[in-house]
Order: sequence, then C-alpha cells, then structure tokens
Amino acid sequence: MLNILKTRFKQGCKTLSFPKAPAPKLPLRYRGRPVIAGQEGGMDLGKISFNPDSGTAYSNDYRMAVSQREDLVLTQGNELVLARALNDKMLKIFGRSLKLRQVSAGGCNACELDLNVLNTPVFDLSRFGIQFVASPRHADGIVVTGPITRNMREALLKTYEAVPEPKIVIAVGGCAISGGIFSDSPQASKGLNTLIPVDLYIPGCPPHPMTILDGLLRLLDKLPARVR
Amino acid sequence: MELFNGGQIPLSKISTLGLEEFRTQILNRCHADARLVNFFGHLEPSGQVRLLAILGLDEEASLEILSTMISPASAQFGSLTNDLPQAHLFEREIAEQWAILPQGHPWLKPVRYHSNYRGAVDIWKNIAAKTIPGEYPFYAVEGEEVHEVGVGPVHAGIIEPGHFRFQCHGEEILHLEIQLGYQHRGIEPLMAGANLKRSMLLSESTAGDTAIGHSTAFCEVVESLSGCAVPARAQAIRAIALELERLANHVGDLGALGMDAGFLPTSGYFGRMRGDYLNLLLTLTGNRFGKGLCRPGGVLFDIDAPMADEFCYKLKKYKEEFQDVSDLLFSRPSVLARFEGVGTIALKDAKILGLVGLAGRASQMECDVRINYSSGMWQFHHVPISLGASGDVYARALVRRQEVFRSLEFLLKILPSLPAGDVFARPGPMRPDMLCVSMVEGWRGEIMHVGISDANGGFARYKIKDPSFHNWAGLALAMRGQEISDFPLCNKSFNLSYCGHDL
Repeated sequence: MLNILKTRFKQGCKTLSFPKAPAPKLPLRYRGRPVIAGQEGGMDLGKISFNPDSGTAYSNDYRMAVSQREDLVLTQGNELVLARALNDKMLKIFGRSLKLRQVSAGGCNACELDLNVLNTPVFDLSRFGIQFVASPRHADGIVVTGPITRNMREALLKTYEAVPEPKIVIAVGGCAISGGIFSDSPQASKGLNTLIPVDLYIPGCPPHPMTILDGLLRLLDKLPARVR
Repeated sequence: MELFNGGQIPLSKISTLGLEEFRTQILNRCHADARLVNFFGHLEPSGQVRLLAILGLDEEASLEILSTMISPASAQFGSLTNDLPQAHLFEREIAEQWAILPQGHPWLKPVRYHSNYRGAVDIWKNIAAKTIPGEYPFYAVEGEEVHEVGVGPVHAGIIEPGHFRFQCHGEEILHLEIQLGYQHRGIEPLMAGANLKRSMLLSESTAGDTAIGHSTAFCEVVESLSGCAVPARAQAIRAIALELERLANHVGDLGALGMDAGFLPTSGYFGRMRGDYLNLLLTLTGNRFGKGLCRPGGVLFDIDAPMADEFCYKLKKYKEEFQDVSDLLFSRPSVLARFEGVGTIALKDAKILGLVGLAGRASQMECDVRINYSSGMWQFHHVPISLGASGDVYARALVRRQEVFRSLEFLLKILPSLPAGDVFARPGPMRPDMLCVSMVEGWRGEIMHVGISDANGGFARYKIKDPSFHNWAGLALAMRGQEISDFPLCNKSFNLSYCGHDL
C-alpha cells in the first residue's frame, strides 16, 4: 500500500491542461496539416499518407478534422473549414455524455492505438464526458478505422444498425475516409461515406491523438475560443 | 540451397526437387535441428506453382531453401501437417492462395477468405463475393454439459477484429478455435503490382504497431536486390527506432496485463509511459509509429548531437520510472497469483508449434533474430537474449520487463556513439529474377519478408510473414484446460497482430 502511494506521488498529475491552456507544442518534424504552395487543383487530406517523401511540405498544425468530405480538399488560399458543432438538438442529447463504439475494419492498428491513447491519464477523455463502450446498444455513435475490408463490411453495418437513433459516425484515418493506400485493392472500400453517412472526418496516418481530440471537442462544441 | 538473412539467390539456382523428395527433406531436416520459417507458393510464367520452403537453422544462423513444382493439372501435394504441425497454417494459406490441395491436412479451412491468385476453382467451392469469415463449421466438442461461446469479430475494447470460438465444459475451456481474416486487405498482391514507393508505404501499414519492423524488412529486401550498401549511421538509427518500438509496445502491454489482472495503478502509469516512447519516435520521425523513417538506402531522418543528448536524458528518466512501476507490478501478490501458472506452454510444445519471438522465449526457446540471424547494427551490438522459464503469463510478462531494460541499455550505449557519415545512399535498380530473404526481430518476434524480383524493376511475388502467423496457434493451445475468464489475460500476454496475420 505504501509503495502504491509512493509511486502515485512520484508520478504526479500528467493530464494536459488543454483545452483550458493552449495545446503542447508538437515536435518540429511532426507532419500536420500540409502547406499548399503553387499547386494546381487541391490536395485531398483524406487520401494522402502524410509521408515525408511525398513532395509535400507539412506544417506543425494538428487541427484537421472536418464535417464534410469535400472540406478535406485543401486548396491554395483557402483556409481549411474545420469541423462544426452538432446542431442544438443533437448537442442537447450528446453534449454532456457521448458514448462511442469503436469498430476496426481493416485498420493497421495505428489508428486504434492512438484512439486508445485518449483514455490514458494524459488526455483523460472521460473528463469531457466521452467514453468508449463495449456494446453498440450502449453507444451513441461509432468510430470507424481501416479501409473497411470486404470481410468486415457486414460486421460494421450490423454494428451501425445496432446503435440506437439518433447516432453519429466518425471516420478516423485516411483508410476509413477514402480506403487510403488500400483503395486499389479489391478487398477494400473507397471510404466509409460510400456505405453510411459520416458526421466527422479525422485525417492522418494515423491522426495524432491531439487531432482526434480536437475533432471530438469541436463536434461537441467544447473548445474554448482561444484554442480553436 | 543455403542462404543468409539479407541474402539473395537467382530463382533459377534454387534446386527443384520431386514432390516426394521435397517432402522427405523438409521432414528430415525439421525433425533434426531445423524449423519451418516460411512455406509459400509462387506462380511461374509456365503456369506451374513453385512451392518454396525456407528452413531455419537457428544455431548456424543459416537458412535453407527448397522448392518443388506443382502442375495446375494435379494441384495437390501430401500435407506435412500430420508429421510437422508447424506447417498447418502455411498449408492452409497455400490452399487458399493457389487452390492447391494439401492432401490429408487435418483441419483444412480458409485463412483469410479471398479468391485464389491463379483464377482456379476454390478448393472449398467458396464464392469469394459471398463467403465471409466465420461462415464455416468450427471444431465442436459434443457432450451433455458442453457449451460453446463465440466472441467477435467486434470486440469489447478498441482492438482489431477476429472471431474466437470456445468449446467449454462449465468454466473450463476444452478447445479454442481462432478464426481471423477480417482484416484482410490483400497486401501481398498489392505489393507485387505496385511501384517501390507505394510498396514502401504498404509495408509500413502492414501492422502499424510494427511499422519499423516491417519497413526495415522491406528496405533490406530492396537494398539486397539492388546491391546498395546502407551507411552504418542509417543502420544504427533503424536499430534505435526498432528498440523504441519494442519499448513502447512492451511497456504498454505490461500496463494492459496489470489491468486484466485487476491492478489499476500500473495500467495508468504504463499506459502513459508507452506514450513517452512514441513521442520519442515522433520527435525522430515525425510520426508516432515511425512511419516515414526507413526507406530503401537508409533513413530519411538523422539524429544530431542535441537530439541524441535529449534522448539519453529522457531515457535515463524513463528507466527509473519503469523500474519503480514494474517493481510495483511484480511485487504485488494479487498480480502474481493471476500471472503464475496461467496459459502455460511447455518448451516441447513451443518447438512443435514453431513459436517465435517473445512467446517462444517465454517458453525458453532461444529464438531472437537479433542474435540468431543478426544483420545491420546487430552484428556490432550484442543484446543478450531474455528467456523465461515457465512459459506462462508470468513468463511472458517477465520477458517483456527484461527486454525493456536491455533495450534501454542498448539505446543508452548507442546514442552517444552513433557511427559518423551519411544516413542515405541511393539504391540502384534491382537485379531481375532473384529471390531475397530478410528477417527482423520485431517486438513480437520474427518478421520475414521474401521478395522475388521481376524484369521491370518491381516484384513478381512478395511474401510477408508476421510473427503472429506462427503464434496465434500458441494462444489457442495455451487456453486448453484454462478457465474462460483467463482468456483476456492470456490474450494480452501474447498480444498478437490481427492485421499482420491477415495482411
């Protein structure tokens, strides 16, 4: 018992002061929102792998979650339209308590792991009233990762149907948004929105936990103006 | 034909044996001192399928490669599984990928549910467009009080999908059958068709928690085939990233094990400490899983002196923290009572099943690619092997703890003394019609990539083997005679990859 208390004392409190204070600065090499310069057309954040040798320059900005698929296409001179809050009726239902069921549908486990990280003491997701639950029947929505493989399609749709209305759908990672690097495979889909309507798109390979948290807080309108 | 880790051989030089001779040689070698490391098919231009078996002689650090031709007319061979159980999943995979029947296989089921690669009639008469995993008879135990429990593919936590079917008598598990394939993305055919840049990204997303392991293996195949000499500094940085990946996963697993044993303090601390290592990878590579670091020819990111100092400073602190928290976990009687004697695999069984990596070492198998088949930086830095004695959950936890300390020691030694020079040397084109094998000790165990080059600068065939491919059968065996409530704990103690298996 004494050892438990001693370790507890040494560990201290490690929870981020975000969103009360600004987010911690991410390392210099972190590849966040791309910088578009002199490019024809646009860049689809839902398709790219955020790899360093793609010829794209990346900024340090982790904020990339959007509400509509077409908003992910970044064009020169235009700001990214970040995710907007749910409507008042939905906010009234989910604003204080949002239970989510996660479905991995062909994900490489990177997105899954960084979703899990939100439950660690650092991010402590439950302080925002958001929780991942075991059953779709207990859930208010689903969070999908992976390119939705042929073999997971039915299980995913069944899980979606089992969530009571009204429900929200969140696509995490390039694979779930567009099929990502697997979109050419006959085993993968071309994105979650080709199967069910999506309310929040969080791009990345995988998205940084801050990107995911930022998206969730925008959806629930819990982000103070100074860190928006 | 003999081969070393990272070695290559012209496809035409691989001796083709008669079917009977092929079978006898594999059995004789494996009943003596060898292990079946890989066994897969490759479609020849003639329309025949060449079966390639790679045997590992762990003590001599050498690999042996045997092959035989299967004509599409007969499309079968005598199954090895009854005499050599470690061949079981390889043979099911061959049956599924090439519609070749391993005659006499005791449990011939599809592995990943997809249509075969040569457009022949499926040997199960499955229609790929309709069949889904799980829609297939499971092994059933009969008896008055026997009951069946099915779990998955969608599990309770944030984890990948798979189906587990338990045959139980009361609380006791008589048999567990694991049916995977839900994560199948078709990586191998994608790799064979793609350009190298794309294949590189595919290898990084084969299993995201092992991005460094798989991407290193891919790079080593391309580098060997193009005769590229990778600078020592790049090899050192790859080794550093590989150990950071091992640290993150081992630390996270110890936290999860504590959680499943009902001891919450350590699960919170370890969960956060896992993030510390991922953040070091983020600082180094710009990605928390190390995606984007390894490229054929070297690495894209260097470690300068201030970064090496910063890493050393932090790692020393992390080492202290780990010592504290792991002492707390391993001195807790209630935790030890849950860990000890649960999910035991005897050394004999581990060898029969051909377990690899951490799960094998927990059962006292001396298998570690960094030692047995050392390549790259591991030829110059010796990491002592961490062995468990009891083969149970406790041993698998203890091996993780030991390896955390050894990885930390390695990092603290290598970071201040990185070899000088460049971190990248541009590779030339790959030699055509060659076969190359590369092995990496990922945090779960032995990763093997085999590339067969074509005349167009790409791959005619690319075979990936994640350690999980061997070890899932180990988890099923470990559950025999255990209580069903032990499953989460045992599962966590193996923590195998679904997507690495399903590809």
